[in-house]
Amino acid sequence: MNALLEAAADTAVITKRNLIKIKRVPDLLVFTTLQPIMFVLLFAYVFGSAIDVPGVGYREFLIAGIFAQTVVFGSTFTGYSLAQDLQKGVIDRFRSLPMAPSAVLFGRTLSDVLNNVISLIVMALTGLVVGWRIRSSVLEALVGFALVLLFAYAISWVMAYVGLLVRSPEIVNNASFIVIFPLTFIANTFVPTNNLPGPLKAFADWNPVSAVTQAARELFGNTSAALPPPDVWSMQHPVPYTLIWVVLILAIFIPLSIRQYQRAASR
Amino acid sequence: MTNAIVAQGLVKHYGEVKALDGLDLEVAEGTVLGLLGPNGAGKTTCVRILSTLLKPDAGSATVAGHDVVRDAKALRRLIGLSGQNAAVDEHLTGFENLDMVGRLYHLGRERSRQRARELLEMLDLTEAGDRITKGYSGGMRRRLDLAAALVAEPPILFLDEPTTGLDPRSRISMWDVIAGLVRGGTTLLLTTQYLEEADRLADRIAVIDHGTVIAQGTSDELKGQIGGERLEFTLADAAQLGVARDCVVPLGIGEAVIDQHSRRLSVPVTGGAAVLVEALRALDAAGVELQDVGLRRPTLDDVFLTLTGHAAEEKESQDDESETTTTQTRTTTKEGAA
Repeated sequence: MNALLEAAADTAVITKRNLIKIKRVPDLLVFTTLQPIMFVLLFAYVFGSAIDVPGVGYREFLIAGIFAQTVVFGSTFTGYSLAQDLQKGVIDRFRSLPMAPSAVLFGRTLSDVLNNVISLIVMALTGLVVGWRIRSSVLEALVGFALVLLFAYAISWVMAYVGLLVRSPEIVNNASFIVIFPLTFIANTFVPTNNLPGPLKAFADWNPVSAVTQAARELFGNTSAALPPPDVWSMQHPVPYTLIWVVLILAIFIPLSIRQYQRAASR
Repeated sequence: MTNAIVAQGLVKHYGEVKALDGLDLEVAEGTVLGLLGPNGAGKTTCVRILSTLLKPDAGSATVAGHDVVRDAKALRRLIGLSGQNAAVDEHLTGFENLDMVGRLYHLGRERSRQRARELLEMLDLTEAGDRITKGYSGGMRRRLDLAAALVAEPPILFLDEPTTGLDPRSRISMWDVIAGLVRGGTTLLLTTQYLEEADRLADRIAVIDHGTVIAQGTSDELKGQIGGERLEFTLADAAQLGVARDCVVPLGIGEAVIDQHSRRLSVPVTGGAAVLVEALRALDAAGVELQDVGLRRPTLDDVFLTLTGHAAEEKESQDDESETTTTQTRTTTKEGAA
């Protein structure tokens, strides 16, 4: 069999295994769905009552930001699951089999896309309930969702590497929290960046999370002439800037993670 | 006879710790080698290198004629590995676990399913096959893990402490299964902490300590080397120790050891219980009054004491055997519901 076909078949087997787990451990699904609902409601009503966003209103402004934040957080699940498999010796089993070394990682990251799809659907529905509207075309909106998912997929590979490196599911969770919180908050996700102090504003404007958020906002039609994006290239061209990040992350972390997988040993 | 497994001068460091320190090993095709040693001796590291999971820092090894580093992928088709962690996916059923492994060996859909059913049957898991393995007992998990190693009918099998942490009954049923496999001509490398296990399953035994083989041979050769069984008596009256010695020494295979203070007498023997009965008759006839009596089999501690001069105590920091996981498995083990 052709090596690429073989790798694809192995990936399918692993993906199926991961999806069975989602079905068997419904708690996971409950949290995957409850948490985004909570975020949408909290931000829409708590922050929304205090923050005035000119032109579009806070709730429309907010949704793309919550999408971005939630899927980035969701990607930690990739690292968590791999660390768990490593700890339980499942990775040892896989590594002793004549399967493609990339299959475990592709299977993992692909099945985790489903988690994010579910979160996005739930958040979008909750958003619609609290007053969010798509003001562009269906096609543009779908591109917006796809871009958010693609970005999450790339972050998933970063987390895969982290998970294989630290080998402990708990540490993956705690460590990623420390990084992801500032990354998703020092951004345009929840507030416009105009009034941030200098260095923070610079960070926020070039933050890829800001870019994917801005891109989604534009694609959903949740922008207004009353709130123009900051005058920096990344925010003026959020879609290409996001794609550059996606390509860069994948180009670095796919080979890095596969190499780490081949070395990984549960000890 | 050709060697299925050859290791030469394997060295592996974990940071400061030297897990393997020039290990040499040979296993003839179709035979069973028991790798016997305490925790931290390097058993697991050795298995992990031979099963392509780890790269050695120095030295080389071939398994089934394939270099474990250069031909790793080709070699993986020919080996089965069952580790001490019972690496089964706890959210899948027994059948799903085996089916998945079959697919990853590229056996194809039909063959994978068929093989999964065969193995469940063979390892007495048919009834539990459609249950999620999370509810399996420790023994069932180990059997399923062993089944996973057998999916591709590999000519060479590595079993890393297959019975550690099992209760005695599960251990014996595991031994029966392994003995059955071996009759089929599989080459097996088995690691264990239990002399009894190596004794029962292995054709040859290699004793390993601090990453090197310190003794090897058949079970009998090794037992001879470490002194074999001993008869031990505690007398009611220390004055009778001399009489008692004269009774039992002719039955033994070496000098008697006498401890006046504790009124104890011990003598190395072969022949087990039969010798014990003879000794008791002789002592009774001579009117020796006994307080305690026993037949002591050599333990791993004896082997170590004899071979290395140090006891086989656990060394936690240099432990490459992921003992914590084993303990976890042990404590979370539930009896599989009927």
